[in-house]
Amino acid sequence: MARIFAYIVHKGGVVDDSAFELAAAVRKIDPSASPTAILAGWGTDLETACNSLRTSYAEIWKIANESLAYPNAELIRKALTKIVPSNSIVLVAHEHFGIDLAPGLSIKLNSAFVSDVLDIAGVEGGGLKIVRQEFGGQVSAHVQCDISSGAVITIRPGAFKPLPGAPLGGTVVDKSADVGTLTAGRRYLETVVAEAGDVDITKHNILVSIGRGIQEKDNVAIAQELADALGAAVSCSRPVVDAKWMEKSRQVGSSGKTVKPKVYLACGISGSFQHLAGLKGSPFLIAINKNPKAPIFQVADVGIVDDILEFLPELTNKVHELRSVAAK
Amino acid sequence: MEILVCVRRVPDTSENEIELNSAGNDIERDDLVYSINEPDNYAVEEALQIASRVGGNVTVATVGGEDDEEILRREMAMGANHGVLITDEAFSGSDGRGIATILKAFVQKGSYDIILTGVQAEDGGAQVGGMLAALLDYPFASLVNSIEILDGKKLKISREIEGGNKEISEIDLPCVLSIQTGINEPRYVGMKGIRQVASIPIPTFDVSNLGLDPSGVGEAAAKVKRVDYFIPTLGKGAEILHGSREENIDKVLELVAAKGGLK
Repeated sequence: MARIFAYIVHKGGVVDDSAFELAAAVRKIDPSASPTAILAGWGTDLETACNSLRTSYAEIWKIANESLAYPNAELIRKALTKIVPSNSIVLVAHEHFGIDLAPGLSIKLNSAFVSDVLDIAGVEGGGLKIVRQEFGGQVSAHVQCDISSGAVITIRPGAFKPLPGAPLGGTVVDKSADVGTLTAGRRYLETVVAEAGDVDITKHNILVSIGRGIQEKDNVAIAQELADALGAAVSCSRPVVDAKWMEKSRQVGSSGKTVKPKVYLACGISGSFQHLAGLKGSPFLIAINKNPKAPIFQVADVGIVDDILEFLPELTNKVHELRSVAAK
Repeated sequence: MEILVCVRRVPDTSENEIELNSAGNDIERDDLVYSINEPDNYAVEEALQIASRVGGNVTVATVGGEDDEEILRREMAMGANHGVLITDEAFSGSDGRGIATILKAFVQKGSYDIILTGVQAEDGGAQVGGMLAALLDYPFASLVNSIEILDGKKLKISREIEGGNKEISEIDLPCVLSIQTGINEPRYVGMKGIRQVASIPIPTFDVSNLGLDPSGVGEAAAKVKRVDYFIPTLGKGAEILHGSREENIDKVLELVAAKGGLK
């Protein structure tokens, strides 16, 4: 079996949670593997991040280079191309940095590429049988990946559970000298932090969250009326923001806000993993969707197959009715 | 600016419930409604806006078959100057690298300052743009959600990173960018617009006029092959309420009150 590496994303001296999930994915591919982490960066943050992985990886390859103080995928691709042995398997988390790095890395390493992987179903012949999702999670697929000349694989965050077990006592190996001078056609300037918005959806116990099923901007009022009646806020999934029906600050998901409500009413939301990644603290999830095959029904606690444009106004009326009875 | 947008025709998930066929090894492809991959539409709109700001031409290209002409015409109706169909039996079964190899050969037949793709297709690969850039040795950025032309040699771009934050960079031309949805509002295309471009000839390119080695593309060269489809089981699944709408509403309110502390 080829040597397996995990490229680790870190920030401010803290490794991303995916570091431990990638270690589990390495073992799933090859239970006897000595997992090797690769970290690139600069200064004490890099040292701290490397040291934090000693229990999860057998070796930690460190690339210290001043030009990598901010992670630039093109520079890191060039560095990895110099140090990763041919025919290796390289795992990367499927988030914004991995999406930037991994496809080009597979070209430069002349290896196979599979993205957004959920599971490894088996090792067969010279290849891996890999589980992915297509069509927004409505169906899964097995793909066969020829690893005879290596592979670059991006792993979906949260798909592999970190393994408990004996610390590996990893050693840090300094690979910085093998990398040399790095230059790129893309240069980082700054990070602009997202605007706060008028309503803070992270502070609400109940969220009425709308997706593509709301169909048009004027219908957002239907959700707002329900939220007003319940004392809740309206949040949304990505297509609603893309269509400019709501502000970005209302978006729940990996590219939006992370929320921890007690109850989450997913209305006309299909349930992509990017959206679900923004739901923390195991809220009680009620899904209303007219498509009985919507992936949201696989993860919801309670599901109702109905048209939200009819269901929500009736729900709002019922809340008003109960309140007026209670007031008397 | 000469801008190339690589587009793809895919089953439209907003129009279809994707189901398995009776053999259980593929999706049911009869009666599927196809349309342009949604992120690609944002990429074409962005190209058109850049061309209208600084001048230039927009070419849309796809690797596929005759059926894929319809999306090229749709994007030409939006305003793209040229549509190109890259088609050959030998391309069938290509993996992401194969498609990128084909596109590289096409790019080298012309001269483009900016090459755009959608952020990902319905198979969620998010791969061809980054591969094409690496094959061409052009700089690349994924998840791009704004583009500003600085001069004839570089762009200022923003990438969407975690929490809705934006990573701002400058990038040298020529470059490849994968465009995130929401970057703009793609213009509406009516039937009239499509009729107006219906008779414009769409040039085709194949293995021989791209000078490709057929052994480097198609199924034989593919290192990644789909074996089958299956229905995922992620969680235990929701308890589906089968009552009348009125009963379901009562149940929802009861649950919201119990779980959320509704007053």
